[in-house]
Amino acid sequence: MELKNAVAGTLESGDIMIQIGPGEGLQVELQSSVAAQFGRQIKSVITETLEGLGVSDAYVKATDKGALDCTIRARVTAAAVRATGKDVWK
Amino acid sequence: MMFVPGNNPGMMADAHIYGPDSIMLDLEDSVTMAEKDAARLLVYNALKTIDYGDTEMVVRINPLNTPYGHKDVEAVVKAGVDVIRMPKTETADEVRELEAEIIKVEEELGCVGRTKIMAAIESALGIVNAYEIATASKRMMGIALGAEDYTANLKTPRTPEGSELLLARETIVVAARAAGIACFDTVYSNLDDMETFRKEVELIKNLGFDGKSIINPRQIQVVNEVFAPKQKDIDKALRIIAAIKEARAKGSGVIAVNGKMVDRPVVLRAERVISLAVASGILNEEELS
Repeated sequence: MELKNAVAGTLESGDIMIQIGPGEGLQVELQSSVAAQFGRQIKSVITETLEGLGVSDAYVKATDKGALDCTIRARVTAAAVRATGKDVWK
Repeated sequence: MMFVPGNNPGMMADAHIYGPDSIMLDLEDSVTMAEKDAARLLVYNALKTIDYGDTEMVVRINPLNTPYGHKDVEAVVKAGVDVIRMPKTETADEVRELEAEIIKVEEELGCVGRTKIMAAIESALGIVNAYEIATASKRMMGIALGAEDYTANLKTPRTPEGSELLLARETIVVAARAAGIACFDTVYSNLDDMETFRKEVELIKNLGFDGKSIINPRQIQVVNEVFAPKQKDIDKALRIIAAIKEARAKGSGVIAVNGKMVDRPVVLRAERVISLAVASGILNEEELS
């Protein structure tokens, strides 16, 4: 699936900013003040969400500001939809 | 009913902590055009994941005649929202169009009838059609006034005393009561003027509204204080209910409490006081039965 560069989310507290673009395999670079405690979980939510959308090749830069898993899923999906042009709604 | 912007995940995660009766996640006016897609996904994922407990969850969608409305309906019905708030409702046909959209998604999910509708009335035409809107669908659970758009449509400013809103407010209460559904007043957006806010809440409570829309947790306490019945009113209502129960057991329809005749309207008012006392947490429903 061909990807354009796209962004979703903000740097406000409780949010996460997802920047996505072309890559080989799923590469996730994470910046988070809680990376030591939750980094693995955050990356796992990001990759699972992308795989669920059929995105297997992408470079993702995630800047986390304490987002819940549901927020991470929403922002990753929004970024992927913007990057692929393929919506999840009918 | 507390309004929460649909594109602010921090506020969406924390909103229920403050104890509002219902939370309205907004996909309409508080979300820019460029963020409609992202907000819809945030609201969908929040509703699917966050445990809001007993809080009634409402989502204000974009109008169906925009590029966003139909996708909003699909997303929030799939997420299991309690109520869809339809903005800028002017006719009963618009409610029926929304209902048809909801049914399409519910049929796919196998849950027809789950989603309720609240219509926000925000124009002179909507006020003229208030009763038709209130009775347009069995899913209608309430109608609400949206005063900012309404006053703009009337070509009048919004004043602190709210005289320009009186006809709209009374029309909405009467239409809701005639239809047997709930009615909710508009927001008051000046957070620095709690005194005028309290006066407005007292006014709309006396007009007959069931609740007030709010934009900040700071406003919850004032609404609860105004809507909670006073102890002397609760005591009186309890005496009336007890007396009418006793009279019914004896086969009598009319009774007297403290020397005053108690008939059906008095009993209905007493029941309303009791239900407000229960909703306010002053009385425990189990203790009453």
